Amino acid sequence: MTYIPISPTERDAMLKTIGVKSLDDLFKDVPAKHRFPELDLPPALTEMEAAQELQELSDSNESTRDLVSFLGAGAYNHYIPAVIDHMLRRGEFYTAYTPYQPEISQGTLQAIFEYQSLMTALTGMELSNASHYDGATAAAEAVNLAWAQFRGKRTKIVVPPSVHPQYRAVIRTYTQGMGVELDGEQLPITNYSITDDLPPLVDNNTALVIVQYPDFFGRIYDYTKLIEAAHGKGALVCVVANPTALAMLKTPGDMGADIVVGDGQPLGIPMWYGGPTLGFFTTKKAYVHKMAGRLVGETVDNRGQRCYVLTLTAREQHIKRERATSNICSNQGLLALGAAIYMSVLGKSGMKQVADLCYQKAHYAAEQLSQVPGYSLCFNDPFFHEFALCCPKPAAEINEHLLEHGILGGYDLGQDYPSLPDHLLVAVTEMNSKEEIDLLVETLAEVSHD
Amino acid sequence: MNTPANLKYTKSDEWFDPQSGAMGLTDYAQSQLSDIVFIELLVEAGDTIEAGKPIASVESVKASAEIYAPASGKVAAVNKALSDKPETLNTDPFGEGWMIKVEGGKTGETMDAAAYVAYCESRVH
Repeated sequence: MTYIPISPTERDAMLKTIGVKSLDDLFKDVPAKHRFPELDLPPALTEMEAAQELQELSDSNESTRDLVSFLGAGAYNHYIPAVIDHMLRRGEFYTAYTPYQPEISQGTLQAIFEYQSLMTALTGMELSNASHYDGATAAAEAVNLAWAQFRGKRTKIVVPPSVHPQYRAVIRTYTQGMGVELDGEQLPITNYSITDDLPPLVDNNTALVIVQYPDFFGRIYDYTKLIEAAHGKGALVCVVANPTALAMLKTPGDMGADIVVGDGQPLGIPMWYGGPTLGFFTTKKAYVHKMAGRLVGETVDNRGQRCYVLTLTAREQHIKRERATSNICSNQGLLALGAAIYMSVLGKSGMKQVADLCYQKAHYAAEQLSQVPGYSLCFNDPFFHEFALCCPKPAAEINEHLLEHGILGGYDLGQDYPSLPDHLLVAVTEMNSKEEIDLLVETLAEVSHD
Repeated sequence: MNTPANLKYTKSDEWFDPQSGAMGLTDYAQSQLSDIVFIELLVEAGDTIEAGKPIASVESVKASAEIYAPASGKVAAVNKALSDKPETLNTDPFGEGWMIKVEGGKTGETMDAAAYVAYCESRVH
């Protein structure tokens, strides 16, 4: 699309309309000495020099291309088929924004529609929106949905500590000043049963229960009974899910979840030092009018041909204003397309294969690591591709040693859980070879000896 | 534009039937909103409502509107059938399109049909 700035004639016409002589007159309220302050900048560089300097800065980073990585905790190192980047760079798609005009945007709208369809299949839910910024904001939007559903009459949200700490932080930020009461953070992390210890917190004032699947520590639980118990109290349940795991596990939809959200980063999106990623949001049809975000629907045009449009837009903030569920309705158009390409290129069996590789390799790693003297698995529960490892020393020290050997260790759980200072959250994906896992085991064994 | 003479009307385009206690959205309002695709009733039978407070929220293909109670009273019935057929609000706003019925309804600030017609005409331009 060509961008044409205003011509001098148009500018003069506008100035005349508002009764101003020149553009400078518009700035006369800004004191002259502040209009063009002296900027303390180094001398200008040529393009070549600037490129070199930026390259040098960039080279001081260490990425998962340089290191063997076992770091996960929300962002995972998966293989990204080359076709994704190729498609995303096409001019027709290379915009991050959702199109309002169906007349000129059928390709993008169809891509989003396909993304939505794939997400509902993966989560076992009835509908998906066009996406949010990331998993954490999608989880916060689940709170907004529940809040709107009960019109603020139920004020409690139950979130156990096994939900990603950063997701909980974003939910706290989003709910500031709403009158929402967050409960559940006091629940123990170890020796705790989600089906026994969580339901007593759910009462008639609870709008939403949020659980993670697999949870932040990688553990897998069947939430069916918890969801039944929550529904018994009239509360909604949101499951924060890992999309890779969903390819092999029972879907949250099958467990009866009302909302399933998560981060779509594992679906062909690089880790990019933390973002941007993609937040997926799926729910039941009954809640569509309370859902934030854009929604693409399929319909027919005036010639009876299949076409795609933004649908149910009257629930969005530009029409519903302060009565809307959320003041956010933009989506991650480009990355949603990337995720859709990832899922369609891998297909159902490919997605299962990736999940299976992650699962098998993580279990091999866990088994090997638990045999190293001084190390043990912190939990006995079933897990997917991530597990907490109890170490003989603070996790920070262990990670330092690993980094010296070119290994990006696990996530230091002590950062978020002061009671878990010697605990490392280890993630294993299809990208980790047996040799890499064996190297991790050997290198960790060195730390336990000295 | 249809404006039955036996009803009371509000400036926010709701009607109230003092005889039956029923209330809803006027024909003028439905024509302004165009195709109504969603209604959410915000009150339940047994609730006490106050004139001027929201009782429902409707969405059309291009707009969203709150419906305010034209009268105070105790809710005797809500028209749950509307949720599945919100288009009834377009086709029969004064009949099957009733939203709630109250007992002991006490009208808020309302006008009669003639005054409402004049009010609607004044807004055309």
